[in-house]
Amino acid sequence: METKIEQLLAQPLVIVNLGLSKFSKSLEEQGVEVIQVDWTPPAGGDKEMMDLLDELL
Amino acid sequence: MPSGFVIRKNQYYDSVFLMTVNARILKLEGVQQTAVLMGSPANKQLLSDIGIQGADIDLAQSNDLIVAVIADSMEIVNQVLDNLDGWLNAVLEEALASKLHTLEEGLAAKSNANLVVISIPGEYASREARKALNEGMNVFLFSDNVSLEDELELKQLAKKKGVLLMGPDCGTSLIGGVGIGFANAIRRGDIGVIGAAGTGLQEFTSQVHNLGCGISHAIGTGSHDLSERIGGLTALAAMEALEADINTNVIAVISKPPGTTTLARLLDKVAICRKPVIGCFLGVDPKITSNRINLQTTRTIDEAARLAVMTSGKPTPPDLGLSTADLKELSKEKAGWSPEQKYLRGILAGGTFCYQSQQILREAGISVYSNSPLEATHKLIHPEKSIQHTLVDMGDEYFMVGKPHPMIDGTMRRQRIIAESRDPQMAVLYLDFILGYNASMDPAGELLEAIDEAKKVYKQRGGSLTVLASICGTPADPQDLTFQKKILREAGVLVYDSNAKATAACCWLFGKGDGGHGNEN
Repeated sequence: METKIEQLLAQPLVIVNLGLSKFSKSLEEQGVEVIQVDWTPPAGGDKEMMDLLDELL
Repeated sequence: MPSGFVIRKNQYYDSVFLMTVNARILKLEGVQQTAVLMGSPANKQLLSDIGIQGADIDLAQSNDLIVAVIADSMEIVNQVLDNLDGWLNAVLEEALASKLHTLEEGLAAKSNANLVVISIPGEYASREARKALNEGMNVFLFSDNVSLEDELELKQLAKKKGVLLMGPDCGTSLIGGVGIGFANAIRRGDIGVIGAAGTGLQEFTSQVHNLGCGISHAIGTGSHDLSERIGGLTALAAMEALEADINTNVIAVISKPPGTTTLARLLDKVAICRKPVIGCFLGVDPKITSNRINLQTTRTIDEAARLAVMTSGKPTPPDLGLSTADLKELSKEKAGWSPEQKYLRGILAGGTFCYQSQQILREAGISVYSNSPLEATHKLIHPEKSIQHTLVDMGDEYFMVGKPHPMIDGTMRRQRIIAESRDPQMAVLYLDFILGYNASMDPAGELLEAIDEAKKVYKQRGGSLTVLASICGTPADPQDLTFQKKILREAGVLVYDSNAKATAACCWLFGKGDGGHGNEN
């Protein structure tokens, strides 16, 4: 059976782009299926709060 | 000088967006300096360094926007800050606005996704990468400033989950012909390549394309992967994947010096690989990698590309090094130097290019200083101050705090060219230009004015400044390769197709080397 890495190399890319929207734009221009996530820091960027949230979830 | 700042609580923007706004405000007449950034501790220090301080800034958080302006008058400062929404919205309208703000939302919206690309600040990147890997996703992690502890943990997790983690600090990959991050437009073919050196991967794939061949996949591993601490976990996984890939017939590995144990592990893997492997390990003593089973090594990326094309069975024209016409041009340039002009200054955007050039110059017996040196003995005391022959890696962390990479924006290199031209001992200025997706659309055009200004300074002194350039790119790139070459030539710049070739010209100009570069095998 193909591994997930082998599948990545053999099948068309479907990408979730987290961060720089410029990357999504260039992927779209290459005809790639991509969805842009305008990521923002959770818990207002408070690291301690983020760790706490991670433990709860 | 009059200054002011505005803080917007809970208004988060990515770094490219912030840099675009910054660059636009800076163009306004009377504006001397601007800082458009998020309130992270490093950025607050940067503001303090330029004299922007205040209790509100101390209290700002990483997701608060800070815009500071230093200008000729308070009127100009207020003109910018009062119209901040105008500046932000103008750039926002050009960007792809998304309603999705978390990884979970993205994965829910694309349930058939097979790759997550992450380019968020390093302090948050591990957390998101870990979540993506746990969801069984392959990950391209562009973000840097991820600790080695986190990198190791993430790579072990990727191995456990059977997925590929490219990065952290991975600038370039090409998967099935698709360029991710800083990549060139390359035709598909049967050569697969693994690269622990971002611009090295761009140079190799561009050279293969320009030799008429193509790439199956180019897998970036991130710059720390071949260190002893990480042990080449991504490179080893990539090697297995390329060995199994039916579209790949030849495998190349391009890297800066790997850790000794990691290199041994990689070479063991190469020895049992059923496909021929070509290795270009920059900065490594050739004796260490010679006479290995199933491995042909080269000293330069050019040679690696040429050997890969030959190994895949395609006709390859011989590399004759510098041509007679090249040498004639170089002689003419050298004849114009004044007696005090004797040093090379390379102001480079590509870290791998800085490295490869040092190796070629060293092998030609020319001693070079750098902020990213081959040996600690040749490290610049201060990255801003060149000594004798110097090559500066302008993409180094030192220059990057709150500034766009020189591949995206030429501002820092323009300033450095002008600074170097104050030194009457400079004879040769060497610049690299990197084309491809997500790079500046006009890298040569951005530096023309500074090149022209520097040339004039040397003419006024009674000498002549030789300017050499190498271009990494293909005719299929979004930038116009022919036009980039043309405008450089019109500005009196000698243009070469590769970093190795431009460096061979430097060797010839400084009286050492034959202008060629050889394969050690």
